[in-house]
Amino acid sequence: MEDLGIKIIGALLTVILAFTVGMTYGGIVRKLTARVQNRRGPVIWQNFLDLLKLQSKKTNIAHGFMGHMAPVWIIISAGTVLMFIPILNGNLWFPNLTFHGDLIFLLYMMVFGSLGMALGAGQTGNPNSAIGVTRGLSQMVGFEIPFVLALVALMVQYKTTSIQDIMDIQAQTGTWMMFANPFAFLAALFASLGMFRYSPFDIVGAPAELASGPVSEFGGKYLGTMMSGGSIFAFIKLTLYVDLFMGGAGFGTGILATIMGLGILLLKTFSLYMVPVFYGWISPRYRTEQAIRYFWGWPTALGVIAVIWAIF
Amino acid sequence: MTSNNKDKQTIVEYIQNWSRKHSLFVMAYGTGCGAIEIPATMTSRYDAERFGIRGAATPRQADVLLITGYLATKTLKRVIRVYEQMQDPKYVIGFGSCTINGGMYYDSYNTINALDRYIPVDVYINGCMPRPEAVISGFVQLQKQIAEGTANNAAKYKENLEWYRANQKKIIKNWRMPDYNW
Repeated sequence: MEDLGIKIIGALLTVILAFTVGMTYGGIVRKLTARVQNRRGPVIWQNFLDLLKLQSKKTNIAHGFMGHMAPVWIIISAGTVLMFIPILNGNLWFPNLTFHGDLIFLLYMMVFGSLGMALGAGQTGNPNSAIGVTRGLSQMVGFEIPFVLALVALMVQYKTTSIQDIMDIQAQTGTWMMFANPFAFLAALFASLGMFRYSPFDIVGAPAELASGPVSEFGGKYLGTMMSGGSIFAFIKLTLYVDLFMGGAGFGTGILATIMGLGILLLKTFSLYMVPVFYGWISPRYRTEQAIRYFWGWPTALGVIAVIWAIF
Repeated sequence: MTSNNKDKQTIVEYIQNWSRKHSLFVMAYGTGCGAIEIPATMTSRYDAERFGIRGAATPRQADVLLITGYLATKTLKRVIRVYEQMQDPKYVIGFGSCTINGGMYYDSYNTINALDRYIPVDVYINGCMPRPEAVISGFVQLQKQIAEGTANNAAKYKENLEWYRANQKKIIKNWRMPDYNW
C-alpha cells in the first residue's frame, strides 16, 4: 500500500515538475529572444501569467464536441506519455511505468497530442486551421523519419526496446549514446528542430501567415489547456532525448541526490533545448516542401548511416 | 463601474485582474495609417512586450482590439464581427483622433466619426499620429483600469446592445450578419 501511495505522489510530482519546467523554459526563451533582438522582453514567468489570464476568461467558445475534446486530449496524452519517461534514473520519487517495448509505444503515443489537435482544429471549420493541420502532419512525416531511424539504430545496436535498458547500458559502459552512436544523435537532433517548431520550422503556427494555424479558433480556457499540454510535451521530448543520448540523470533517492539529479537534468535539457532555439534565431521560415526536403535530406542520410553503424 | 469598485474586489478577482493586466493579447486591426506605429511599438526601441503586450493573430485569442485610425463604413462591419468574436473580458483602444471625432476625415462620406457609438471604447489615444510613447501610455491606462476592475465595457455592450445595433445598422445598410456573433 505504501508503495502505491509513493507512486501516486510521485506521479503528481512528475506532472508538476514537467509543467513548471516546460512553462519556465518557454518564458526563458521569450526573454532570450527579446535580448537577442535588443529588447528588454517580458519577465520569465510571463507564460504563467498568460496561462492564468487565459484560464480566467469569462466566455469560452467551443465548436462542437471534438473542438471541446482537443485540449483535453492533448493534456491527457501529455500526462500519459510523461508516466513512461524515466525522469531520474533509479529515483523513488519519480517512478515510471517502464516496460520492455516502451520506446516503440512512445513513438506512437507522442503523436497523439498532434492528432487530437488535428481533430479538434478540423471541427472548427476555419480554413487557417485546416491549412495548419495539413502543414503540421506533412512536417511530422518529414521529421519522424530521421527520428525513427535514430531510435531504430539504438534498438538494433543494443538489442533492446526499453528506455530503462538504454539508460542502464550508458551507466555501465560510461559512454553516452551521443558518442557511442554519433550519427543517431545527429539525426535525432535534426529531427528535434522540427519537433519544437521554432523557426525555420514554424510553418504550423506561422504567425502573420496562417493566423496561428490549428489553434486559430481556440481561445480562453481551451488555449490555456493546450498551452499547458504543449509545455509538458516539450519537457517530455527533452527528457527523452537526455535519457536516450545523454545518459539521463539521477544518483539515487536521497534528498541531496534528488536535488543534484534534478539540477543535472535541467542543465542537460536546457542545453539541448537551446539547439532548436539558436537555430531559430538565425533562420527565416521555410515553406512546407522545403521543410520536408530538409528532413529527408541529410538528417535521413545520417539516420541510415546510424543504422548501418549499429549493424556493423 | 464606480470608483469604489476597487475595494469590492474579492481576492480571486484581484488575482484574475492582476493576470489580465499583465497579459494583453492585442488584435491590432490596421484600419488606417495608424497601423504603421504598431511595429515601432512592438520592436526593440519601445518594446511593448515588457508590459506583457503581445500580438494575437485571431480574435478568439485576443483581449484588446486596437482600432488604428480612421474607420471606413465598409470596415466597420468587419470590426463589429471581430469585436463580437472576441472572448470576455475584452477591451477596445481607439487610436488616433480619427476614432474620436473623425479627425481630418470629419466630413468624409465613407468614414465614421465617433467609434464609441458603434462599439464601446475603453481608452482613447489622442494624436495624429500618436507616437509609440503615447500608445504605451494608453496601454498603461488600460492596465490601470483592468487592475481596478473598472474595464467592463463588454458587459455594457451586451446591456445596451439595442442602442449599438441601431447605430451600427444606420451605417451598414446591407446587414447580412447574424444578430449575435458570439
